[in-house]
Amino acid sequence: MNDNAIERTREMVEAVYRAESRRVLATLIRLLGDFDLAEEALHDAFRAALEQWPRDGVPANPRAWLVSAGRFKAIDGIRRRARFDALDDVAEQVEALAAEAPEQDKDSVEDDRLRLIFTCCHPALSPDAQVALTLREVCGLTTEEIAHAFLTPAPTLAQRIVRAKAKIRDARIPYQVPGHAELAERLDAVLRVIYLVFNEGYAASSGASLTRSDLSGEAIRLGWLLVELLPEPEAMGLLALMLLHESRRAARASPTGDLILLEDQDRSLWNREQIAEGLALVERALSSRRFGPYALQGAIAAVHGEAESAAATDWAQIAGLYDVLARVEPSPVVELNRAVAVAMRDGPEAGLRLIDAILARGELADYRLAHAARADLCRRLGRAAEARAAYQRALALTKSEPERRFLERRLAELKN
Amino acid sequence: MKYLCLVYLDEKRLDELPDEDCVAYDTAIRASGHCIASEALESVQTATTVRLRDGKVSVTDGPFAETKEQLAGFYMIEARDLNEAIQVAAKIPPARVGSIEVRPIRPIRETVAQAEERQRRPGMG
Repeated sequence: MNDNAIERTREMVEAVYRAESRRVLATLIRLLGDFDLAEEALHDAFRAALEQWPRDGVPANPRAWLVSAGRFKAIDGIRRRARFDALDDVAEQVEALAAEAPEQDKDSVEDDRLRLIFTCCHPALSPDAQVALTLREVCGLTTEEIAHAFLTPAPTLAQRIVRAKAKIRDARIPYQVPGHAELAERLDAVLRVIYLVFNEGYAASSGASLTRSDLSGEAIRLGWLLVELLPEPEAMGLLALMLLHESRRAARASPTGDLILLEDQDRSLWNREQIAEGLALVERALSSRRFGPYALQGAIAAVHGEAESAAATDWAQIAGLYDVLARVEPSPVVELNRAVAVAMRDGPEAGLRLIDAILARGELADYRLAHAARADLCRRLGRAAEARAAYQRALALTKSEPERRFLERRLAELKN
Repeated sequence: MKYLCLVYLDEKRLDELPDEDCVAYDTAIRASGHCIASEALESVQTATTVRLRDGKVSVTDGPFAETKEQLAGFYMIEARDLNEAIQVAAKIPPARVGSIEVRPIRPIRETVAQAEERQRRPGMG
């Protein structure tokens, strides 16, 4: 093979790595029963590919080739160590491993990816560890990339991953997709991890850092993967919710990083493709009649996405969706959002009555957005003094720089 | 009368205590007739806390760490994996009002026996 052909094969190996390494890893973890062993085997397999493919050509099924190469390398390694240790049980274990014919049909490979997701998001791991492990093992981000995105020192993050893997091994967290009885609860944990990753990237997106919007992109990729592997209504709902929020990214902040409210956004900047994908997913989720809070939140975001302007928004439908959401998942924050929708449908006074009732219960007394919403309604009603007091309360509670600037702007407008 | 002797220590100091000493004591106390059951536990990092509230199982990482509740009993169970152990733990009645800490047993006797085996066969390197 000439240099050009060798170079092309190398590029091919790299492309296969990008496309297949997570699938190969997921299958190797099942076959070898250990994360670290599987990662080592994965690297050995790709090293072997770099040596052999330029010489022998690219195999017809690169993924199957890599899985069996990785498996043989791992078995060799265990055999060498077993000889050294002279332990019968290790020898038995490795012979059992070698005798097993690995299943590699399409279904079992896709199941492996799902097994990996559910194992990384196991509730017996801390939420921090679930997020780190999912980004590392399922998405293939490096420890440094994850640490950077979460503003955590890399050694801390590395330690978190090591501990999580040790717990999976020592407490024997099984590598499996939960059965029907547990599925809903376990899926919830997976969706929570994905949404956490998304919000980490979305909430911080007004800053200049690109890495954090990459996190939102990673969450959306995870969302697509999950919907593909497990087309549950709530998985579709979460993906729709993320796509519809993400579609507004370019319109959410001014070039100077100032916050732009939904009603003031330039809707021509919204990403139409993401909105169309989100709408289609919401429809699929709702038509299943087994939807939950994510699909409902997706549906609310879809109503906004469909509206050509803030004024043209179907507020009656949004208020109705919040009614359902408040029943499915009662929370004071949902009630607050419902109050804002009611204010848009029936006028600020009706909304203000609801917000004051929530605040009177004391539940959201320290929630900045409750005071900001109250301030906005008072402002619309011309009750300037009350509006100022509420903006000041929100200002005292916010920790976000763009929010602080927004609230100060509103306060300054009220003084004029 | 039966008594339960609970072992507490700073895990960082576990190295000061050879497994062989513990297993030797274990063998002796079992021979004496005093010991009914004894096990070592895996590190506290492997702990999972299980609760049952409003009929729903809640699972969290980490040991049980509430000072206002007291140790009230124990079950040593056999389970295929952590998922099965969680299912079993959630059915223990006090899971409804308290917490069940699930910790894997550390196979200390097997570890020590394997180490001794290795020493007996020095030629097999």
